Amino acid sequence: MTAVAVPVTGARRGPNLTYLTIELRRLLRNRRTIIFTLVMPPVFFLLFGTVDSYKTESVGHANVTAWIMISMALYGALLATTSGGASVSVERAQGWTRQLRLTPLRPATYVATKVAVAMVLGLGAVVVTAAVGMVSGVTGDTSRILASLLLAWLGSSVFAAFGLFMGYLLPSENVMQILGPVLALLSFAGGLFMPLGDGVFATIAQFVPTYGLAEIVRAPITDDGVSVWAIVNVVTWGIVFVVGAAWRFRRDTARV
Amino acid sequence: MTTTTVLDTPATGTLALDLRGLRKSFGTVRAVDGLDLAVRPGEVVAFLGPNGAGKTTTIDMLLGLAEPDEGTVQVLGLEPSAAIAAGRVSAVMQSGGLLKDLTVAETIELTASFFRGTRSPQEVMERAGIADIADRRVGKCSGGQQQRLRFALALLPDPDVIVLDEPTTGMDVEGRRDFWNALRADAARGRTIIFATHYLEEADAYADRIVLVSHGRIVADGSAAQVKSLTAGRVVSASFEGPLDEAALRALPGVQDVEVRRERVLIRTTNSDAVARHLLTATDATDLEIAARGLEDAFLALTTDSIETTGSKA
Repeated sequence: MTAVAVPVTGARRGPNLTYLTIELRRLLRNRRTIIFTLVMPPVFFLLFGTVDSYKTESVGHANVTAWIMISMALYGALLATTSGGASVSVERAQGWTRQLRLTPLRPATYVATKVAVAMVLGLGAVVVTAAVGMVSGVTGDTSRILASLLLAWLGSSVFAAFGLFMGYLLPSENVMQILGPVLALLSFAGGLFMPLGDGVFATIAQFVPTYGLAEIVRAPITDDGVSVWAIVNVVTWGIVFVVGAAWRFRRDTARV
Repeated sequence: MTTTTVLDTPATGTLALDLRGLRKSFGTVRAVDGLDLAVRPGEVVAFLGPNGAGKTTTIDMLLGLAEPDEGTVQVLGLEPSAAIAAGRVSAVMQSGGLLKDLTVAETIELTASFFRGTRSPQEVMERAGIADIADRRVGKCSGGQQQRLRFALALLPDPDVIVLDEPTTGMDVEGRRDFWNALRADAARGRTIIFATHYLEEADAYADRIVLVSHGRIVADGSAAQVKSLTAGRVVSASFEGPLDEAALRALPGVQDVEVRRERVLIRTTNSDAVARHLLTATDATDLEIAARGLEDAFLALTTDSIETTGSKA
């Protein structure tokens, strides 16, 4: 071959900041997402976490109010990352992912951008809930509370994978109408909203995807430590969600 | 491998599109059934056929969205996915593919960010005739405006080939005219354009060459005039009672095909006068009707074995 026409255009390399910026702008336009992830968790915290007796009762290194704030921050982060990941379902329904296949954008960049945006929203949920908590009676060891909040944010990445998995699996345009209640149920069952005691629910809880995260995230402010079960729970569900998302993603981008 | 930057024309001798022996089935349905097509750079080709003829499946294969069961596809001498990654072929799809919550300008800016080096967003908006609605949300745009947005997106990488799949489906007359005007203005720049349509008028008005597809195969390929002549005949139909001498009808001048549907006979012919005279004078046929042949009828005729493919192989 002697002369080969070289494209004047072609695929870009590296992260795409324009994409990230536009995706964040879309996020801010979505009123429903903002209410569910940035307004609801702090409101729940104010409703359930600011009883006077909670402010004086200690869980180890902080008061019960802090315990509830951290739980709500985690709940908000889970909602945020799940809905961020699940937004692929809307984009599939609108044919956007198909349109993307007519551009040089790599599918991996698409997914990475979705996850990054989900994590930004998750961070927003954690920060807003914490900010409200700090002025509403949370007391305790600040560095331990911050460690809990950081763990809540990082841990919510597991649910970004859950959101992606569901977003690729479910055909619905409003997949969050299903996932919202599912998450609330998982949060109750996993002991995110209240301690589970020692009954049959506590046994079931150990298998629920939110259980391990709840325990790990609260560990810095309590003296309970982290059980092996909690770690096994998070790692196992993390693998299930990532493998599931990767499986559906491959099917979605495969040529038929 | 030596490389040269070629801006206007692809390397000499390279076909814009080269489809060979394409076959694609979905279950038991043969969507594309042995299709060969060669398109030279700069041609404006209409891919004309009724719904279900295999147009969209063929387009999906030439864009790399679908994998042929058999046969090969080359776009500018490249694999479809490579041609897309290089920004040398782009497409305007029938519907969907736009995010409703983005503005027109954001959609273009975002798509441009996927490529390394594109035409300016302002330029493609002007060429597609949507510069005045740059700040409008996509969800608030009419079908015609959305389609011109898709066209603007397709122009971004300044491709050598643009593929359009039924680009005016669902548009009103005005939207359709604006869209084709924008496309025609662009075609004057020497781009290769292939569009699928089921409107003969669109194919006739905007294409240099018309490829007729039916049942996943090319049944005619030629200039607009040649293809139009295929639909030139008429259909004479009449009711009859008792036996009918089909052989006598077939022997009449210009008769292409005779079909009996219960008590009614349909005769496709280029000489409707002769058929009508015969039916009214030599038979007891009643309720005679003479109708112009539509495209659907031409397709039917072309896919039966009774006549030869009349279009020349361009």
